[in-house]
Amino acid sequence: MEKEAVSSTHQLSQVSIRFAGDSGDGIQLTGERFTTTSAIMGEEVATLTDFPAEIRAPLGTVGGVSGFQLSFGAGDVFTAGDEVNALVVMNPAALKINLMHLKKKGILIINKDSFVEKNIQKAGYDTDPREDGSLKDYQLVEVGITSMTKEALKETGLKPKDVERCKNFFALGLTFWLYQRDLTPTQDWLDLKFAKKPDVANANKLALKAGWIFGEATELLVHSYEIDHKDVHRAPGLYRHVTGNKALSLGLVTASKKLERPLFIGSYPITPATEVLQELSAMKHLGVTSFQAEDEIAAIGSAIGASFAGQLSVTSTSGPGFALKSEFLNLAVITELPLVVVNVQRCGPSTGLPTKTEQADLFQALWGRNGESPLVVLAASSPVDCFKMAFEAARLAVKYMTPVVLLSDNYLANGSQVWKIPDVSSLPELQPGYDLSKNTPDGPFSRDSITMARPWLSPGMPGSEHRLGGLEKEPVTGNVSFDAYGHEKMVHERADKINLVANDYPPLPMYGSEDADLLVIGWGSTYGSIRWAVDKLTAKGIKVAFTHLRYLNPLPNDLKPLMKKFSKILVPENNMGQMYLRLGGEFNEKLVPFNKNTGTPFKEKEIEEKILEVLES
Amino acid sequence: MAESTELKAKDFSNGSDVKWCPGCGCFPILKGVQRAMAEIGVDKSQQMVISGIGCSSRFPYYMSTFGFHTLHGRAPTIAVGAKLANPSLGAWIITGDGDCLSIGGNHFIHLMRRNLDINMLLFNNEIYGLTKGQASPTSKTGTVSKTTPLGSVDTPMQALPMALSAGASFAARVLDSDIKTMVEVFKQAEAHKGTAFIEILFNCVTFSDGIHDLYKKKDTKTVTTIKLTHGQPLLYGAENEKGFVLDGTKLKVIDVTDTNKAEVLVFDDKDVNLSYLLSKLEYPEFPIPLGILKKVERPTYEALYAAQVDDAIEKWGEGDLDKTLRGDDFWETK
Repeated sequence: MEKEAVSSTHQLSQVSIRFAGDSGDGIQLTGERFTTTSAIMGEEVATLTDFPAEIRAPLGTVGGVSGFQLSFGAGDVFTAGDEVNALVVMNPAALKINLMHLKKKGILIINKDSFVEKNIQKAGYDTDPREDGSLKDYQLVEVGITSMTKEALKETGLKPKDVERCKNFFALGLTFWLYQRDLTPTQDWLDLKFAKKPDVANANKLALKAGWIFGEATELLVHSYEIDHKDVHRAPGLYRHVTGNKALSLGLVTASKKLERPLFIGSYPITPATEVLQELSAMKHLGVTSFQAEDEIAAIGSAIGASFAGQLSVTSTSGPGFALKSEFLNLAVITELPLVVVNVQRCGPSTGLPTKTEQADLFQALWGRNGESPLVVLAASSPVDCFKMAFEAARLAVKYMTPVVLLSDNYLANGSQVWKIPDVSSLPELQPGYDLSKNTPDGPFSRDSITMARPWLSPGMPGSEHRLGGLEKEPVTGNVSFDAYGHEKMVHERADKINLVANDYPPLPMYGSEDADLLVIGWGSTYGSIRWAVDKLTAKGIKVAFTHLRYLNPLPNDLKPLMKKFSKILVPENNMGQMYLRLGGEFNEKLVPFNKNTGTPFKEKEIEEKILEVLES
Repeated sequence: MAESTELKAKDFSNGSDVKWCPGCGCFPILKGVQRAMAEIGVDKSQQMVISGIGCSSRFPYYMSTFGFHTLHGRAPTIAVGAKLANPSLGAWIITGDGDCLSIGGNHFIHLMRRNLDINMLLFNNEIYGLTKGQASPTSKTGTVSKTTPLGSVDTPMQALPMALSAGASFAARVLDSDIKTMVEVFKQAEAHKGTAFIEILFNCVTFSDGIHDLYKKKDTKTVTTIKLTHGQPLLYGAENEKGFVLDGTKLKVIDVTDTNKAEVLVFDDKDVNLSYLLSKLEYPEFPIPLGILKKVERPTYEALYAAQVDDAIEKWGEGDLDKTLRGDDFWETK
């Protein structure tokens, strides 16, 4: 079979592929296997999941379509790609809502067995899209994925229902041939995963191989493709691929190890944050106490209780749950107890779109509480960065004795990347900001001279008995005080302490050309798309600078001087312009907002075009 | 732990000015808790007193133990987290009828079902005191208050049947006026491994003064209350002339005579059905029960949790973070 190598230039050294089908078709698993295989082959990957809020919407309808998209290749891979080179659809409904993601002339693999009249109608087509010319711009490859899987597995003795469940591995095998993926990691994984059900492992392996062989034999597909590996330069070390939620969970448990205090998570299930509770619930052997509370309020309450008792404490949620937690978050502010609150953002307002991404909880995190209530707000910039920022959130929480809100979002939570597994011994040790081994506090609200942290005194420590509460306190003693000037002093002490946190940040990262006229400021999950666009424009000789914020409150000390250097500042966000407003955009014509509220991340091209538009304006 | 004989109630006071209205029923309860702690001989550095919001929830500020004055209705959540973090600590929740049964109703139910080793003291004065006199969830129907000028239309909530339905392993009711019984019940609650729920009928001198007097006054209490003692017949009245028998699935009061004496039910604090029937009794139809209604052993949440941790360690090995970071699907680049 003739093979055609994909160009090794930056833009073309990457391939994007999307799998789509009914939410019961095993699409997510198929995508994950493709991702892991590519990562093991040394390539960089970035993924995007797209699934319905319903667990099993009616079969064959557009409401029940689950999608998984990934980019893989050499060099930097920042996003799952704007458009895909190949689209694999398991039914007409999946075709209907995913065709828009396929490049013109791209490869369209469809499971022709499911293209029967009933399914075509259910998908909302008036006519069969294969026959009405609507697919003429694509390389249509019709494959009997279901029937050939049945044929390949007819001698396994498995029940028809179980045989049909293997069809995603046939599709995987076919795409493995198309992009010349190594079969071994998936075969090994099946053996491990179904160690107790070897017949299931074998059936899936048979389907995988049958898909590959079909690719090799069929004349429907002319070429297979290879990624040019000459640009694959990965540092030596151990690697895996992780989703944002997984990385975040690992960051928290690693922080607890470096703090030498057990981790407590009190949470309540909520999409798309639930995996954080699930992951940590399976880490009891690492000293994690996981508590599934009766509601969002009890979840944060239990975490504050555990913090009072001396543990590194976390609660994880999404926007609606975060709203419920706000009164308790304020209690953590006034009692100055360390706490990490993870908000995996989704589209709001209210229940909104639970499985779609947005960055619209920034104001809620910064200011969504009564009174003067300063706290630290951080945001992860990529799935892998969720590890780092979870660790940072814990570090700052205990060092400054404060709640820290860590913002992630649906895109980061379910997206994945290759992650270089850190050496735990190389990570810094974490310490409470008031060192009780060196100082003896005059009271529970005595402050460290540098961090302004109060001592972390917990029940069980003789001689430290004290009373905490939500009422205003007298400085130092922490006794309830209604004194007006005492209140003003405490308002300032709390604010001053949080402002000190900015002295503890790394310098702002700079990308592109620092002598450009235009600075792009991103925060959170927009990093990948912006970085791709800025790199691409820079390679073309177009001057644009980019900095990315991961520390949102207090804002970094070097941000204001940096902003002064540029005549235009573009702020792309998956919201209506919250960071833009935070940076004074409403009254500063230098700032240009760029907003997207479609529940999906920015496309690389959208950022690129907007930068060009601003440069030309 | 210090010898019990060395400790006095005042060792559990932190010396602050106590700011309840003079004559408030909170005073004897504060004294009762301090005395119980002294008599048990607890170490104050190992005790947490955790409250919600309301007059009674100022309680932790007057104790020498660790304390946490939390949010309205939310004390159980803080107590659960702290207790799970350090199961060796003693935990006392202080709550009121509004705090526990209105805004904190959900946490109350779940605290009962989980059965952590925590004592919960419900101060019930049938009124919102700190906000100056509004009907509470335990106010009798028709209660005239600032928010119910024409009388409340709500049906009052009964705390004890709720606690029992939700799974309380220890439930009791005491009066603020009876410090002796109160201290005894507190001591038994602390000795009990599991959640102990104690409803304390207490007086608000300002907004619901005398609300529980019928149960306290010498001339009425013999017919308005029945004292429960494990293993003793359910008798009440000045001369123990009244007794409870079972009539089908209901409790019935009989005039006790020599001939029917043997029919009178004997109180068993392990008989959960009897406990429930007694908990539902209301005056004036029946006398209200006082004392310990239920005391049964069942595993505590923290004990079950600790067993799971042991299982996890056996299954996955202890504390290998590097292994967890690697997961099942890692590879090495050389």
